Amino acid sequence: MDMRKTFTVVIVGVFLVFSLVGISAAADTIKLGVAGPHSGDLASYGIPSVHAAEIVVKKINAKGGVMGKQVELLVEDDVCKPEIATNTATKLVSEGVDVVLGHICSGATKAALGIYKDAKKIAMSPSATNPALTQSGDYPNFYRTIASDDAQAQLEVDFALNNLKAKKIAVLHDKGDYGKGLAEFAKSFLEKDPRAEVVLFEGVTPGAVDYSAVVQKIKQSGADAVIFGGYHPEASKIVTQMRKKKMKTAFVSDDGVKDDTFIKVAGQYAEGVYATGPKDLSSNPMYNEAVEEHRKAYGDDPGAFYPQAYAATLALLNAIEKAGSTDYDALRKALQTNDVDTPLGKIRFDAKGDATGVGFSVYQVKNGKYVEVK
Amino acid sequence: MSWDFDYFMELFLAGLTRGSIYALIALGYTMVYGIIELINFAHGEIYMIGAFTALIVTGVLTLMGWNSVAILFIAAGVAVVYSSAYGYTVEKIAYKPLRNAPRLSALISAIGMSLFLQNYVLLAQTSDFLPFPALIPEFEWLRPWEHIVRSSQVVIYVTTAIVMILLTFLIKFTRIGKAMRAVSQDKEMAMLVGVDVNRVISVTFIVGSATAAIGGVLIASHIGQINFYIGFIAGIKAFVAAVLGGIGSIPGAVLGSLVLGWTESFFTGYISSDYEDVFAFLFLVFILIFRPSGILGRAESEKV
Repeated sequence: MDMRKTFTVVIVGVFLVFSLVGISAAADTIKLGVAGPHSGDLASYGIPSVHAAEIVVKKINAKGGVMGKQVELLVEDDVCKPEIATNTATKLVSEGVDVVLGHICSGATKAALGIYKDAKKIAMSPSATNPALTQSGDYPNFYRTIASDDAQAQLEVDFALNNLKAKKIAVLHDKGDYGKGLAEFAKSFLEKDPRAEVVLFEGVTPGAVDYSAVVQKIKQSGADAVIFGGYHPEASKIVTQMRKKKMKTAFVSDDGVKDDTFIKVAGQYAEGVYATGPKDLSSNPMYNEAVEEHRKAYGDDPGAFYPQAYAATLALLNAIEKAGSTDYDALRKALQTNDVDTPLGKIRFDAKGDATGVGFSVYQVKNGKYVEVK
Repeated sequence: MSWDFDYFMELFLAGLTRGSIYALIALGYTMVYGIIELINFAHGEIYMIGAFTALIVTGVLTLMGWNSVAILFIAAGVAVVYSSAYGYTVEKIAYKPLRNAPRLSALISAIGMSLFLQNYVLLAQTSDFLPFPALIPEFEWLRPWEHIVRSSQVVIYVTTAIVMILLTFLIKFTRIGKAMRAVSQDKEMAMLVGVDVNRVISVTFIVGSATAAIGGVLIASHIGQINFYIGFIAGIKAFVAAVLGGIGSIPGAVLGSLVLGWTESFFTGYISSDYEDVFAFLFLVFILIFRPSGILGRAESEKV
């Protein structure tokens, strides 16, 4: 027997062994795909999700796995690029993935979703915030554990209508991407709602010497509430001038204003101002535990979207357990009917795929501090 | 919307407030330009330094328990002295050595000085917005008109008017005023007849800086907050106002400022604040098409 023959036999043997392992593994593991940028510029957005999945899966496997099967991770890099994400998705599907945690970037997620949809696989993103992903209804297989970009605007509008019972609302913004985007969402939500009308929609010039004219205009419009999209320097000037004019109009703003500098600068005039901001997670013991696990496993503090990815992994695996299978329809039903305890709090998913109870809460300035409005 | 006189008055007065502040800053631009034909881009920063000085003095005096009117006067006084000192020093360091250099060099030096002062305050103080206490008391007699005009606005109008009158007096009836007019007409000739040109230029910088500092203190007290960047936009607007009125002309600077303030205020009130700056600058273009040297500017033939 010559060398070459021996070599071929060895190679073939190795392949056989591996494919045997592969087949046997496929038979009794749950395959959880993890897709996102794991290299390149945006790797710091994707790596924390891999860590979260590894930590959760290790914990669950140690407790006996899901439906008595071990969970196996299939980690694939999409570098945050839509054209690569389609390949990533195709590869995961061909490897027989059951559910996918990912993708990370909205663009890449959108590109990959069609492939998962055709293969009847569920994908759950910890970070894709583009509103259309869930709201368009194009991707019934898509879920996410992060609030969409318009969630703050939605929350502000709901709060103004339900809690403040405002009938006339002035929507202002600072002409910036963030502020104007938010104000436009708020305006579109208000226009759909018959309970209130938008009496004023205006941009103010950041850094202007004086906002008297705009404040007069708010007063003239007869608004009961102002929704402001932007940051605290403009907000504090507008609020201060409104209050000095003895206007009692409610002021509702966003997390650009939910900042202690706002209170410091506006002082007594900040009292009673409402602002939405990310939910405070640090009071949740599960969140603290998840952070602690990360420190133990990787020696540092977790990065971006770690709690969201942690929650998504838990939600996906829990749904499989509850559904008793990895069947698409059973999984969708399980996601929408079961509450899961996660580092983000108790969550479940609505029919469109957004997690309820994640994201933002309303805060109000009381005695010089932001206090959550229950 | 039916015609609403109160609303019109409110916008008119809001415009007057802006205009008065622009005017206090624009004076410095126009005086310096009138004398050495330099656009002093660091002027907006002098206004900002005035506001910061006043804030620091106010902080100290408030701790000592003084009453707010006394604090206002002392803070404004210290701000004027400090800003004048800065104005004087900036001229000595950045412009005097370049007096015979091409005009572009002095302009670049001015822009450099502006950036330097901004960053100096940013580093020495803070990048945050700081609360500025409302030093101007609420006047009892103003109560019936309170919904239209606030007492801080009244103080701004009155102060601006007083500063204008004093300045006119200074230029028309004093020796130094006469020297200023002489230097602005012909620097070399003035030198030949024995006018100390360097001193005149220094005084011009000091006076311009003092009015800017007063503007800084007043607007900070009216708005209630300052940061290191407030001088930039206010400075640009005041510069536009000075050009609008006819750069080099003192009544022109005041008129240009008021016109700019009202334009912004009425456009905001009756049309939209989204396009506030667009309108303000369109208006500038429009005026300059018909009166290329500004509303009150002297028509000068370009020396080619």
